[in-house]
Amino acid sequence: MAKYIVKRMAIGMVTLLIVSTVTFFLMFLVPGGPFLAEKAPSAATLKALEEKYGLDKPVPVQYKNYMLRLLKGDLGTSLKQRGREVNDIIFTRLPVSARVGGWAILVAVVLGVTLGSVAALNRGKAIDNVIVFLSTCGIAVPGFVVCTVLMYFLGAKLNILPTFGLTSYKHYIMPVIALSFYPMSYISRLMRSCMLDVLGQDYMRTAKAKGVSQWAALFKHALRNAILPVVTYLGPLLAYTLTGSFIVEKIFTIPGLGDSFISSITGRDYPLIMGTTIFLAFLVITMNVVVDIVYKLVDPRIKLG
Amino acid sequence: MSEYLVDIQNLRLSFFTPAGEVKALNDVSIQMKQGDVLGIVGESGSGKSVTAYSLMGLVPEPGRILSGSIIFNGHRIHEMSEKELRQIRGNEISIIFQDPMTSLNPVFTIGNQIEEVILLHTDKNRKEARERAEELLSLVGINEPKKRLRQYPHELSGGMRQRVMIAIALACEPKLLIADEPTTALDVTIQAQILELMNELKEKIGMSIIMITHDLGVVASMCEKIAVMYAGKIVEYGTAEEIFYNPQHEYTKGLLLSIPKLTATEHEKLIPIEGTPVDMLMPPQGCPFAPRCQNTMKICLKEMPPYTDINEDHYSACWLLQKQAYMTMKDGVAR
Repeated sequence: MAKYIVKRMAIGMVTLLIVSTVTFFLMFLVPGGPFLAEKAPSAATLKALEEKYGLDKPVPVQYKNYMLRLLKGDLGTSLKQRGREVNDIIFTRLPVSARVGGWAILVAVVLGVTLGSVAALNRGKAIDNVIVFLSTCGIAVPGFVVCTVLMYFLGAKLNILPTFGLTSYKHYIMPVIALSFYPMSYISRLMRSCMLDVLGQDYMRTAKAKGVSQWAALFKHALRNAILPVVTYLGPLLAYTLTGSFIVEKIFTIPGLGDSFISSITGRDYPLIMGTTIFLAFLVITMNVVVDIVYKLVDPRIKLG
Repeated sequence: MSEYLVDIQNLRLSFFTPAGEVKALNDVSIQMKQGDVLGIVGESGSGKSVTAYSLMGLVPEPGRILSGSIIFNGHRIHEMSEKELRQIRGNEISIIFQDPMTSLNPVFTIGNQIEEVILLHTDKNRKEARERAEELLSLVGINEPKKRLRQYPHELSGGMRQRVMIAIALACEPKLLIADEPTTALDVTIQAQILELMNELKEKIGMSIIMITHDLGVVASMCEKIAVMYAGKIVEYGTAEEIFYNPQHEYTKGLLLSIPKLTATEHEKLIPIEGTPVDMLMPPQGCPFAPRCQNTMKICLKEMPPYTDINEDHYSACWLLQKQAYMTMKDGVAR
């Protein structure tokens, strides 16, 4: 097990290197620069700024400098939010996104697994059709529509929930719903089809023949077999949801990481682009390793390595 | 309480599928005494498994019992609730399924799956259940039972898994064991081992067994009584001796002819039963076997033959055995 984790982490490092290299060069291929604004600074100021941040050097040299600093864990300083370290930005904004995202994942998993199982158990009945319809909507309707519809009804019309900020539990409700709607729908669809598959398996018949009650058979024998694909999906989901969604954070004005990720690109804030990308890549890789280990715990047939 | 352990009377059971009503069981009656070993023989779809499953109240959807009664050990199975049936399943009646590769849950250890049934039906605690599970594994001839208990199904061979299934089935010392083609999915040497084990256990525990199979060889080596089923009906019932040496129904005769013989000469061909099994959605009006029978008479196509007693425990449903049928023979053979 330990050997496997070390091996996976080593492969992960190589992946990180590739991700950072590709991002670095692509970033400079995009026209524009960090200091262009409506009121463009004078040529002399621009030159001084570029010199200060080392942007006047050729890209390969900049790459070398960046990678050397990266090895020390230094992600550089932001070009837009003057004087703020990228590390600092990530670690003040991540907890905000992670808190909203964490709740969203919890809601998505609990509701998704429950709805999917309920649908499978009532296959073809009215409740199944309702769940399938809802989850299809959840996958088809884009996030910004969900956000605005929620905002319009719960915020503007009924005026029961605040539409921006993140200062009380009430502020969490709409962003969490908006953020969890898609994964919840996806998980419930996944769960439904896996559950149907598992319910038809011979070992479920064996359980019944042993005198196991329907609920015990469902919770003990079926759930653990049916939940495997959900576990797989959970890896990337965790990474992407914990780092926040640009759309949800923009619409509900949440000062999270997802927002600064996209703003960094539009603002050509090179160090922040690199920092957030590498951080996200790191998270995806880590979560996938975690998922593999969880997978092994759930299904003993799986061999790691 | 009746003298029979199993008493199925005039059972009619249909599957209401989208395509229409499939009459899976058509007036099936079976009696078994404590300790009897009954073989139910028939081709796929003849209703042999459904008969056995109905004894456990395990009729798969969309099956419905239309009429008749199922009495097991004094319990009126056909009138019992799901909750009451659960007390009996795995406890008084157990079952071994055809495919041991898929019948065990892949994510739980062997020990867990044996203990589950013990914990459900007895008041043993976990430790005692584990001891019993170990004992059971030794009983079914698995070596190193302590180690096996901690293993998962995928770490065991097919024969071993079937032994585990037998251990689960025997855990609560059932009065009746249903074996639904227990050796079909296993290779021949393992088949022989499993049959030998079942014979041994039958002696040791003294339970009744219903052996469902389409392999007459399996039946011959285990069963005292044989019921031959065709299209949801028992067409012939008798002791193993009677069935093998004095078959009365044309279908039974055909089945026996289709078994390869060791004494056959090199170029002797097997004799198959011509035709195809009946379409259960539209069963023929008369005897279901009539379309494939070599000796069909007019009456066979019109009316279901009644049972004729050959001797004390041998009967068969065939018009050829009925005196009144011979009366109509004047009309000649139908084809």
